[in-house]
Amino acid sequence: MTHTDSRLRVKQQDGITKVEFIDRNILDEANIQSIGDELGAMIESASDPKLLISFANVDHLSSAALGALITVNNRVKGKRGQLKLADIDPQIYEVFVITRLNQLFDIHDTSDQAAQSFA
Amino acid sequence: MPDKPAHDAETGSVELTNNREEIAALEERVVGRIEDLGYPKSARFAVMLALEEAIANAFQHGHRDLPDDTPIQVTFRVTKDHVQITVEDRGAGFDPRDLPDPTVEENISNPSGRGMMLIRAYMSEVSHNDRGNRLSMTYRKP
Repeated sequence: MTHTDSRLRVKQQDGITKVEFIDRNILDEANIQSIGDELGAMIESASDPKLLISFANVDHLSSAALGALITVNNRVKGKRGQLKLADIDPQIYEVFVITRLNQLFDIHDTSDQAAQSFA
Repeated sequence: MPDKPAHDAETGSVELTNNREEIAALEERVVGRIEDLGYPKSARFAVMLALEEAIANAFQHGHRDLPDDTPIQVTFRVTKDHVQITVEDRGAGFDPRDLPDPTVEENISNPSGRGMMLIRAYMSEVSHNDRGNRLSMTYRKP
């Protein structure tokens, strides 16, 4: 379920929380904060969070968005959960490579592949 | 703002407050000109990212100790073969050599500190004035 001012589309499937971004550009500091808070609440409400974030609709993201993802990753790890990223545009994937965050995150080509990789 | 023929360069100087609509309008103006002048899609991505990071750094770090409504100054020049941008804040400045490497093991899980690295990665030339409160960057059309 998505609340009215959410910047996310959220779906529960087979014990996995699948998240997509509504905005094509994830740049605005206030929106990033809101997204981080919403994802944080999802993580805190699960005993064994399995979170799949799809970037299918995303054209641009800033380092602040990367920072929010890192915080989400840290929180998921803190609860011994799993975080997978998928559907990342090649230009955005390059940002992950430049910052070496492709080594920090578990990144898959597609959401289906990411979903199948959950333990 | 008068419309310009697609072959013309465009130069601008804009005072910005930390307001998303103002920032987005400037980014769209610069990136729109890049598209008019036939730059590749990768140029749009690179310039948009660098401009966003430079503006975010100016407000979040440069203006950390200043009132929220303190403006920054952004100048730009888009020609058929390069894009020059300067972003100047009113803060005390910083020494870019002091920035830690965000890719090393001890910093990789730190949520911040990647903006300058991305600017350097995507721009052809990047420099700061001596005080460290004005960033100049140039993107050259591939």
